[in-house]
Amino acid sequence: MMIKLKVNGTPRSVDVPPDVPLLWVLREELQLTGTKFGCGVAACGACTVHLDGDAVRSCVYPVSAAAGRSVTTIEGLSRDGTHALQRAWIAQQVPQCGYCQSGMLMSAAALLKAHPRPTDQQIDEAMTNVCRCGTYPRVKAAIKQAAGVA
Amino acid sequence: MKACAWILAVFSLACSAQPANDFTPIHRGLTSPRCLNCHTGTAFPRQGDERRRHDFLVVRGADNRGAAAMRCSACHTAANSGNLPGAPHWSLAPPSMSWEGLSEGQLCRRLVDPQRNGRRSVEMLLQHMASDPLVGWGWAPGGQRQPVEMPKEEFLRALQAWSAAGARCPGTID
Repeated sequence: MMIKLKVNGTPRSVDVPPDVPLLWVLREELQLTGTKFGCGVAACGACTVHLDGDAVRSCVYPVSAAAGRSVTTIEGLSRDGTHALQRAWIAQQVPQCGYCQSGMLMSAAALLKAHPRPTDQQIDEAMTNVCRCGTYPRVKAAIKQAAGVA
Repeated sequence: MKACAWILAVFSLACSAQPANDFTPIHRGLTSPRCLNCHTGTAFPRQGDERRRHDFLVVRGADNRGAAAMRCSACHTAANSGNLPGAPHWSLAPPSMSWEGLSEGQLCRRLVDPQRNGRRSVEMLLQHMASDPLVGWGWAPGGQRQPVEMPKEEFLRALQAWSAAGARCPGTID
């Protein structure tokens, strides 16, 4: 089945079965490997991308449900890695092994879009991504830094 | 043998003679896990036939569709997908429409209360139950989930009969 998407602003067409997860299309068909496979059951958030601006867990999201829509991956969050969150991530030295961090950043970007100055509760409710290195305090600090809240 | 058949027929007739204003089958349908998991009063959805708290710390959110970056639509699409349930406008019912822990009379009164049911008349409730795709999902939930026990047609007939008989609630004093 031919499916058209806009990925990081560029129109793309892929010929895949409709139930293939969006993550597979991004990584295997389009070679956008910044988005990671973690758990495969939407639990860990390593696969988080934006669909029409909202965070989705692409490992369980059938590509057919994304047809005709706009996908943003970590590669498209900014042109040159200078998104406010990316700068804060570096300043706070958030990544340790780094595997979960693209998903973390995409979730954080969706959070700040909805709540530019998030409360602790809003951060906790939004950031359900799993990090085996335990970077959670740094993730929170970086989000606050990017949002300009104490 | 003939006597036995006659007795059975009479017994069966007596058992199936359900009063038109009976809310019991409607209550039984509405308290299925398929309905209650999102018609919950909690700050989070539930899931599964055992009605456990939704995995991954999913919360209700201000608009009953999850928190920012963790919306219902982050995973649930307009149709079942593999083991993942889905239907159009997947979301929780507002807390005013929580049906958890209510007796038949309490649930009935909450159901027909326009202040709590989204300003729906009984006629609108019938329409909602008959045609809303998210309601209909309860009978086709996919995966290993148990559908609403009573067939949809039977549920709608009971609802129609109860409505036609005046939509009275158990325990209501006229």
